[in-house]
Amino acid sequence: MRRLKKITIQCIIGIIFLSIISLFINNLLINISRSGMEFSFSWLNQTAGFALAETSIPYQPSDSYSWALLTGWINSLKVIIYSLILATIIGTIAAISRISSNILLQKIASLYVAIARQIPLLLQLMFWYFVAFLNLSSTPLKLFDSLILISKEGISLFGLELTVEFTALIVGLSIFTGAAIAEVIRGGINSVGKGQWEAYRSLGIQDYLGLRRVILPQALPAIIPGLTSQYLNLAKNSTLAIAVGYSDLYAVSDTSITQTGRAIEGFIVLLISFLLLNLLITNTMEIFNKLIMRYNHHE
Amino acid sequence: MKRQFSTGLLAILLLCTSCVRPNKTNPSRLDLIQKRGELKCGVSGKIPGFSFLNSDGQYQGIDVDICKAMAAAILGDGKKVIYRPLTAPERFTALKTGEVDLLSRNTTFNLSRDAIGGNGVTFGPVIFHDGQGLMVKKRSGIEKIDELINSNICVGSGTTTEQNLNDTFQELNIPYTPIKYQDLNQVIAGYLQGRCKAMTSDISQLAASRSSFPNPDGHIILKKVISKEPLAPASIDGDPLLSDAVRWIIYALIAAEEFGISQNNIDQKLIEAKSNPNFVSIRRFLGIDGDLGNKLGIANDFVVKIIRSTGNYGEIYNRHLGPTSRVPIPRGLNKSYKDGGLLIAPPLK
Repeated sequence: MRRLKKITIQCIIGIIFLSIISLFINNLLINISRSGMEFSFSWLNQTAGFALAETSIPYQPSDSYSWALLTGWINSLKVIIYSLILATIIGTIAAISRISSNILLQKIASLYVAIARQIPLLLQLMFWYFVAFLNLSSTPLKLFDSLILISKEGISLFGLELTVEFTALIVGLSIFTGAAIAEVIRGGINSVGKGQWEAYRSLGIQDYLGLRRVILPQALPAIIPGLTSQYLNLAKNSTLAIAVGYSDLYAVSDTSITQTGRAIEGFIVLLISFLLLNLLITNTMEIFNKLIMRYNHHE
Repeated sequence: MKRQFSTGLLAILLLCTSCVRPNKTNPSRLDLIQKRGELKCGVSGKIPGFSFLNSDGQYQGIDVDICKAMAAAILGDGKKVIYRPLTAPERFTALKTGEVDLLSRNTTFNLSRDAIGGNGVTFGPVIFHDGQGLMVKKRSGIEKIDELINSNICVGSGTTTEQNLNDTFQELNIPYTPIKYQDLNQVIAGYLQGRCKAMTSDISQLAASRSSFPNPDGHIILKKVISKEPLAPASIDGDPLLSDAVRWIIYALIAAEEFGISQNNIDQKLIEAKSNPNFVSIRRFLGIDGDLGNKLGIANDFVVKIIRSTGNYGEIYNRHLGPTSRVPIPRGLNKSYKDGGLLIAPPLK
């Protein structure tokens, strides 16, 4: 009797859920047929006809829309990977500074976290691009014997040429995400019992070594899930690239959609591409998580 | 588990088969506008002279006056308009989903946008013949397009501008780098901050944005016009009632200028026409005789309502783009055919 009731409730919930989804699909189909548009992806093979400022794979305006979208996807991936690494470094340094015994470091780190978390990302990106980078001089600023050149035309890091749009985007995204990551790491470290700190200190182990060998291995299982979600946020936030003139996947789709008028198909491509990006991040983090668990078990 | 699954499948099948039949008696949006009592008009809101918020928080410009003329003709009151500021990429979606009734947003009329296999909207008559140009800083000394070789050029994404730029530079075999932004204001910021040597857009927009620069004289628009940009309002496809109304309301604005009927003399002209049965064409135009308005499904004296609300095309132009306006653009191609321009209205008969 109880089992039947349980099944009935589940069925009702299932039907409601399916009804809502089919209502959406139905609405979409009606609207498509009303506007006389056939659902088609053949435009992907047509010539894109627009140029892109930055490409990591050979791309010309005479290439197809699908190739343009792939170029955009790789550009997105590039931004995400660079920012992910930089944000993790910034976040780790900020987190360690916040729990350190050095008052000045502590205050600077809390100020950074407070500011970066409380200003909308779009504003921060605009600030970095239009205010900070575009106000640089056109004649390059030379640092470390010309190893680093900075100007509004672009940035050269040890021979690696980066555009201002790309750099502003990476700096903006990393600083914003770094603050969130700092809080995740700090939370993870704080979850380790106070006794552990006292234990290694009583053994005369230095703080640096203790943190690395005693505290972090215990904190990591608590840090990884939060970190994954910050990485996913970063990937999604990278679509704000269009505000600072960087040709990411969203910017390329935007142009493709307006040129072809294929809004629904364009958004489906966009959704799938982002799903792929985020699945890539989630799975990599999952593997990383398992490795840490195994390592901890062995010890 | 299996039973649950098949129940769900049945549910989705039932729901899909029962309602994927489009509504056969599709009411025209014209009825919808009349029922609603307000016209939803999509504008840019960012281009002085075309559609821009003035200091009183009211939209004004030539695009805005087209909305007003439509509302005056359909609803009898030019003020009954809800304005929706739209970005370039979202405008067609907003029109197709019914978010706006009319798109009056400096939109270029071309085949791909008109055709069912493209954006699939229906365009009204051209209200402004524009062309795309390039603006550079005067002190750069650039005068010709080929001097822009290997330069960065700031351009708005999701517009025909981007394609024209590429077509022109490709044909002339001049390599360049496009720096794309989503919004005209960002294009301007990128250009003014020196990220690009030139910015490109429709000449009307270049003139409009230059008017708000700190130093308008420091910038020149290159002589070469790289494309035809006939700007026209658009309505949803497959709604002939609405698209016919749009078409003839705009032709009425142009015809009124041909007839010399303006906001100032409309009452006098009306009295003259009423008392003189020989003024056949003007009597028909103003709805005293015949049933022109009724044929379109709007008020028979719609022309009178439009002229009272916005004036004729020439008056609209002068108000927003004339020599004494904030954004003076010479009328050029946008003169009436009587004065050597391209504007001509087919007979309102």
